[in-house]
Amino acid sequence: MSKRQYNNRVMQWVEDRLPIISLMENSGVIYPTPKNLNYWWNYGSLAGVVMVIMILTGIFLAMNYQAHPTVAFDSVERIVRDVNYGWLLRYLHMNGASMFFLLVYIHMFRGMYYGSYKAPRELLWMIGVTIYLAMMATAFMGYVLPWGQMSFWGATVITNLFSAVPVVGTDIVTWMWGGFAVDFPTLNRFFAWHYLLPFILFALVFLHLWALHTHKSNNPLGIDAKTPQDMMPFHPFYTIKDLYGLGFFMIFYLYFVFFQPNFFGEVDNYIPANPMVTPPHIVPEWYFLPFYAMLRAVPDKLGGVIVMFAGVLILYVLPWLDTSKVRSARFRPVFKQMFWIFFLDCLVLGYVGAKSPDEMFMGIMTMTTLGQIATTYYFFHFIVLLPLLGKYETTKPLPNSIAEEVAKKYAQ
Amino acid sequence: MRKLFIIALMGLSLGFAGAAHAAGGAPVPAKQNWTFTGLFGGGFDKAQLKRGGQVFFEVCNGCHSVSLMAYRNLVESGAWTEDEAKELASGFEVQDGPNDEGEMFMRPARLSDRFVSPYPNDKAAAAAHGAIPPDLSVITKARKYGPDYIHALLIGYKDEVPEGVTIPEGSNYNEFFPGNAIAMAAPLTDGAVEYADGTEATLDQLSRDVVTFLAWAAEPELEARTALGIKVLIYLVILTAMLGALKHRIWRRLSDPNLSCEDPH
Ligand code: HEC
Ligand code: HEM
Repeated sequence: MSKRQYNNRVMQWVEDRLPIISLMENSGVIYPTPKNLNYWWNYGSLAGVVMVIMILTGIFLAMNYQAHPTVAFDSVERIVRDVNYGWLLRYLHMNGASMFFLLVYIHMFRGMYYGSYKAPRELLWMIGVTIYLAMMATAFMGYVLPWGQMSFWGATVITNLFSAVPVVGTDIVTWMWGGFAVDFPTLNRFFAWHYLLPFILFALVFLHLWALHTHKSNNPLGIDAKTPQDMMPFHPFYTIKDLYGLGFFMIFYLYFVFFQPNFFGEVDNYIPANPMVTPPHIVPEWYFLPFYAMLRAVPDKLGGVIVMFAGVLILYVLPWLDTSKVRSARFRPVFKQMFWIFFLDCLVLGYVGAKSPDEMFMGIMTMTTLGQIATTYYFFHFIVLLPLLGKYETTKPLPNSIAEEVAKKYAQ
Repeated sequence: MRKLFIIALMGLSLGFAGAAHAAGGAPVPAKQNWTFTGLFGGGFDKAQLKRGGQVFFEVCNGCHSVSLMAYRNLVESGAWTEDEAKELASGFEVQDGPNDEGEMFMRPARLSDRFVSPYPNDKAAAAAHGAIPPDLSVITKARKYGPDYIHALLIGYKDEVPEGVTIPEGSNYNEFFPGNAIAMAAPLTDGAVEYADGTEATLDQLSRDVVTFLAWAAEPELEARTALGIKVLIYLVILTAMLGALKHRIWRRLSDPNLSCEDPH
């Protein structure tokens, strides 16, 4: 690597001792990026911004929160009432969690649509799935902290799932609880984990970006960059585009924070936790609903747990299930339709997850049946459709280069 | 394909909305016009808030606590003067101590005290009323349809129980309470309170006022929140428009086919 020269003497002094200035320049300024990325490529950086917001607001909330069943609920309300701008901290954090999942879901579907998980980006994708798992664990533990009815019963139901593990199931649950029910030890350790996990997540995002920068971004055409003319420097082109997108996102996010702060929440969580009273409907936060539907689709407890976890873990092997050499759905007419049906299937799963199982769907079947159909289709898509499509689908001809396509667009 | 997809999406979202209404069995409370529930928040009518406080302290507070609020919050709301709030607080007794002799003692409440609870604990309250009168600090956030529901509940008592419905001894029929049998007897009737400001105390008026008070108790930050929110959103809209203009200007350089970037490594 040739030595980089800087006019600023302090920068040069640092660079000579630790080449961190050039590292930042290489990854944030002159980093080569395809010229043709569309707005679906904004969501990764948006998720990154939300992650930082979550960590910052979380740290300040933790300075005022008390993890004990007798005071946890009240301490959260006191943050809202008595801490200066405590309401802002809390509502940024609460709605931030929903936004984080919304962004990451869009980010993941983007990856699926444009085949971003394919070689050589498999590991990038797999780190992404790990991030997603870490997010789910973090969000689950965070939701327990305000110690409302849903906090308590959600924690009880989810931790109880592990009792389905053969032989040692009950022991595992007792070990996780730190006792014989969800109580102070559970709350206290969940708080500790909830503080720790985001930093692990942060480290994972670092690896994610390292992997990204090794092979650079995929693009809507799904073809490799061939010449420097296919690319342009990240700054100023994508810095400004990301900022522009961030503006829209912040308007959306902050609208909820300031005007409908409890929109994504469950009213029952404003009832203090009561181990003696089970709420009529125990529902998780919206972002877990599809998996909740999978869990309940299987009559057997252990089976349900396995299917639910498989629903996430199958994403790890997606790069090998999809056998097509063509990345982007633009050139895969059948896959494109299958993608949208799969997307719809995920929405159906979410819908079923929000319902009580014996409720009727349009008077033709119970929610359980609908959930079973949707769950089956979910796995059918991955295990049957994707491998076969790659073999039998006739794909459209791929363009020659990114530069050529961009030139065409500007000629119009 | 795309059309089919959009239709399916719309159908699904309708399903969601419909589901929201069907749950529970009790009828959906009518949507009311509150000063504090608009698309962009709102505020509390100070006179109404004060009337609602009167209803709460004179009626509801006999059974219910609002343990998260302190008398000083009344002053902060802007509806009570400091003297009025002090006077109101001094009408309640709180336990303090231990004093220098090691004894606990009772004294009149001060601004810094939390609203005094009518019962020492839930068991005592339940023993007196057959069910626990819930703490009302966050009640409008803790029920589906929030203020609309509480209002409907308070005016939803019927003397005549519909056929086929049996209400157990000690319970009352209420159209909007899940299960219809509520341990709380109708707390409000026409003229239940004599308003200090001369407003006619109809059942509907009493209910609206006390719900406003409870909504304030649940979200005392609401006015500050929405006021700041408007400023923040206006700022963001302008900022985003400027960023958009900048983005389009910078991206014009893409028409140059020689624009390129090589990996520096
Ligand atoms: C005589 C005692 C008493 C008075 C006075 C009283 N309540 Fe209640 N309230 C109760 C009891 C007891 C319950 C519990 C009912 C149940 O669970 O069946 C209750 C329940 C409630 C609920 C909860 C309903 C639900 O959805 O769970 C609300 C809201 C409520 N009261 C509001 C008020 C308001 C507002 C006032 C003042 C206008 C008031 N109450 C006055 C005894 C009282
Ligand atoms: C904390 C959450 C996450 C953050 C902060 C994050 C951040 C980013 C960023 C900044 C990019 C580059 C910009 C872009 O392509 O949009 C990116 C790319 C990518 N991410 Fe994530 N990500 C997160 C979660 C995930 C998850 C859960 C997955 C998938 C399971 C995933 C898969 C990918 C893939 C495949 C790419 C490369 C896309 C391409 O080049 O086309 N990410 N990520």
